[in-house]
Amino acid sequence: MTQYAFYFNGKRCTGCKTCELACKDRYDLTPEISYRKVFEYGGGDWTKDADGFYVPDVFTYYVSVACNHCDDPACTKVCPTGAMHKDADGGLVLVDADRCIGCGYCHMACPYNAPKVDREKGHTVKCDGCAERVAAGQKPICVEACPLRALDFGTKEEMEQAHGDSQVADIAPLPQKEYTHPNLYVDPCKHAQMANEATGKVANILEVM
Amino acid sequence: MVDTKLTRRTFLKTSGALGALAVAGGGAVAADSLFGAAVPQALAEDADSLVWSACGVNCEGRCALRMHVKDGKVNWVESDNTGDDSEANEQARACQRGRSIRRWINHPDRLQYPMKRVGERGSGKFERITWDEAIDEIAKNYKKVLEQYGPEAVHIQYATGNQAKNIRNFIKRLCVLNGGCLNYYGSYSSAQISRSLPFLYGKKASNTNSDIENSKLVVQFGENAVENKMSGAGAGYNLTRALERGGAKLIVIDPRYSDQAATRADEWIPIRPGTDGALVDAMAYVMITEDLVDHDFLNRYCIGYDEDTMPESAKGKHASYKDYILGESEDGTAKTPQWAAEITQVPPATIERLAREIATTKPCAIYQGKGMQRHANGEQAARSVCMLPILTGNVGISGGNTGSEHEDFEAEAISVPTGDNPVKTSLPVFGWLDAIDHGPEMTSLNAGIQNAERLSVPIKFIWNYAGNCLTNQHGEIDRAHEILSDPTKCEFIVSWETFLTDSTKYADIVLPDAMPQEQPTYFVNEYGGKMGYFIIGDAATEPDFERKTLYEALTMIAERLGCKDEFTEGRTEAEWLEHLYNEMRAENPDYPTFAEAKAAGVTRVANPDVHTVAFKDFREDPVANPLKTPSGKIEIYSEALQTIADTWELDKKDIIRALPVYAQENGGYADATPEHPLQMVGYHFKGHVHSSYASIDVLKQANRERHLWINPVDADARKLKEGDTIRVSSDQGTIEVNAHVTPRIIPGTVALDQGAWYDGDKNGVDKGGCINTLVSGHPSPLAKANPSHTILVDVKKA
Repeated sequence: MTQYAFYFNGKRCTGCKTCELACKDRYDLTPEISYRKVFEYGGGDWTKDADGFYVPDVFTYYVSVACNHCDDPACTKVCPTGAMHKDADGGLVLVDADRCIGCGYCHMACPYNAPKVDREKGHTVKCDGCAERVAAGQKPICVEACPLRALDFGTKEEMEQAHGDSQVADIAPLPQKEYTHPNLYVDPCKHAQMANEATGKVANILEVM
Repeated sequence: MVDTKLTRRTFLKTSGALGALAVAGGGAVAADSLFGAAVPQALAEDADSLVWSACGVNCEGRCALRMHVKDGKVNWVESDNTGDDSEANEQARACQRGRSIRRWINHPDRLQYPMKRVGERGSGKFERITWDEAIDEIAKNYKKVLEQYGPEAVHIQYATGNQAKNIRNFIKRLCVLNGGCLNYYGSYSSAQISRSLPFLYGKKASNTNSDIENSKLVVQFGENAVENKMSGAGAGYNLTRALERGGAKLIVIDPRYSDQAATRADEWIPIRPGTDGALVDAMAYVMITEDLVDHDFLNRYCIGYDEDTMPESAKGKHASYKDYILGESEDGTAKTPQWAAEITQVPPATIERLAREIATTKPCAIYQGKGMQRHANGEQAARSVCMLPILTGNVGISGGNTGSEHEDFEAEAISVPTGDNPVKTSLPVFGWLDAIDHGPEMTSLNAGIQNAERLSVPIKFIWNYAGNCLTNQHGEIDRAHEILSDPTKCEFIVSWETFLTDSTKYADIVLPDAMPQEQPTYFVNEYGGKMGYFIIGDAATEPDFERKTLYEALTMIAERLGCKDEFTEGRTEAEWLEHLYNEMRAENPDYPTFAEAKAAGVTRVANPDVHTVAFKDFREDPVANPLKTPSGKIEIYSEALQTIADTWELDKKDIIRALPVYAQENGGYADATPEHPLQMVGYHFKGHVHSSYASIDVLKQANRERHLWINPVDADARKLKEGDTIRVSSDQGTIEVNAHVTPRIIPGTVALDQGAWYDGDKNGVDKGGCINTLVSGHPSPLAKANPSHTILVDVKKA
């Protein structure tokens, strides 16, 4: 079975959000709904040294995340109608809009905050890996848009081959990979903290809600 | 061109079809329906055309846009996805802003009709008029000003909202056909460095930042390309790749833990704003006292380092750089790390370590961004930083740099022929408001007037095209309001805009402009490294309502003035574009034909030198290839500047020095008071470009603006929490924003993104959070330019 996966190069990402807005443009999303989000994660503090100078020990990094089309998705498990499902061929997590009742359980269950209920449409909406573009031989719009060339998408095997040093996403502010086994490969930047021993916090909550 | 790509509408239609399938299948979507060949074919039928254009704003990116048009409306945009995106063939990928442009193009608030002011200037009260009425009004008032005051009273306002090379200069062309207009020099971006570096090097120049791949160490002062030049073929990406390829260590010196410091740097050195020169002075002290300077370079290529190379006029006065740094000159103060630490907030040990690292790592590239020079002492600061590469002999070599902000390799531009302006008098770009208020009092010695002793008349007529520098992007907004709202001062203002921006509210006639994407355009890259490019854009859609392009409007005005034929030479704007391209191509026969370039959209041009190395010829042979300074050498001591310092009428706190050393800034940290104890700097923000895009809803959500960065130390002292509504006040005014409590800023300094739209309430509090409400109008000493980041404020809970 083919399983599609995203790749994110944390060493390249500058937090520019082009991925998020390119997706919004392509799918005509409102300000409230983003299929892809960019988290600003950081921490540290300032202390006074012996001579009275404030010195910093701070860090910041960015993580761009959409739906990770997990092997063990939290959203499908809680869906009461079966609308949220894993596509049999590409392993993409998709919403059957006609079956979705807009209850929002998927939104609450997903540790990546990927599905959202669009109240105007009356059902859940989310990243589908730009399935149509991929079918036409293109990369998802976020991947093609990235000015830093920090994103990629393809089959799991292709991602493992093209980005050999990467690892399954296990960095803060994302949850530990064991929860849902995301199909997201990450090259962590030097500041990146492991999900289970993180000390920072998301610094842009209002942007990623 | 027929689009074979997808559009939103068919995507939704297809989703519906898949949904139906899924219901029929009772579960998972059938694989074939998703990835089968039928889907893209079905989608293709919903596309009318795919049109090349570019994002026209002034971020120094210039990115390609491919407009997907359906039924005369832009549905969505792609960016440059052509070519193989290999090294030196990179795609000019747009950032989040360009990707959101259709929300601007299709925005319900866009101006639709010509309007005439009916309330006070600034009140925003207008009524709709016809184009004929608007053109009559403009022609009548323009002629009246020309007759009464002469052409020097006519000013084309500095404005950067549309960077297409084939548009804006038609205003000057019209003016020159009617006797000319006042000139200006400099820019709001870079006036201080552009004015001061020629005294040191003969011109402002740097290596392309792609050359960083040849560096061992890179030190950047306030350089933040990844945040303010986000193009996929621009400075941010070039820096990223150069660091990856060459493996240089990067140190960023900045009051903010900028995105460049956070995501690219090996080390961040926070510094108090406006004090970079002091840091450099102290590093020079370490290098000199530990004998780490490059004596051969200083003797052969420079004057003024020590007594041996001082010009005759300054010999025997202990006026050399070395004497000044060691404390042997007039002020008697050695510029030790301890001395600088008190000024810069950088610990002495850090200064010593950094000085040794810079002096002993070869080659080392020193760069500055433009924020550091947009200060009340920006001219001195910009030159000071250049002393690091001069002392260490890193000028004119690959892997080194001049210390300047990075210059670029650009594809060839085209230019609209304006003719020779009969008016020669030139005004510093920031001086227009004073010129309205008291022009004839402005002289060469007190206000930087060039090519004349003084202005002969005040500015009485303003053409303002795609610009928000009357108020929002100028500074001292409250004073600008006072002066502009008096119609006896500047008698007539014409503005072309897409929105009713704050500056536009001061226009007497407002003309509804077409977007760059609604007309033929020519854009040239900025900050290219190994590659430059240009983009030929076409009108994606016809302008809606009564919008017209600048050229159409000017042609109508020219007709009223009786110079239509001379103005147009019988060409439409599309014909002008082709004509100007062909003229340029006659000089560059390697360039593709117009038709080829237009079809390609983006044309990439390789840098023949691969990397540009500034002053390479001079370094190789300083006798055969002298600099354009009076001595032909690097003038560490500038007699020309000493003359200016001796003869200009300067405020006591406005300092111009012959040496490139620290000068305390007028209104900087040393002038803090209990009322205004904090320093404040602006920064270029990801969510908008100056004030362009600042009203676009999706960008506002993704980039929560009106947030003041404040260190926890300063926030705790004021009992401020994240998200609190706060008031920030300076001598100039008050804004209301939200607090963002973050360790990403040095204690004692706060920072706000620049470009938010001014929104003054009835008490004069700007709830839009425009930083220029707080900025002083007192110009910098030499360039007479905007001191945008020299602000003293206090912050209180609202």
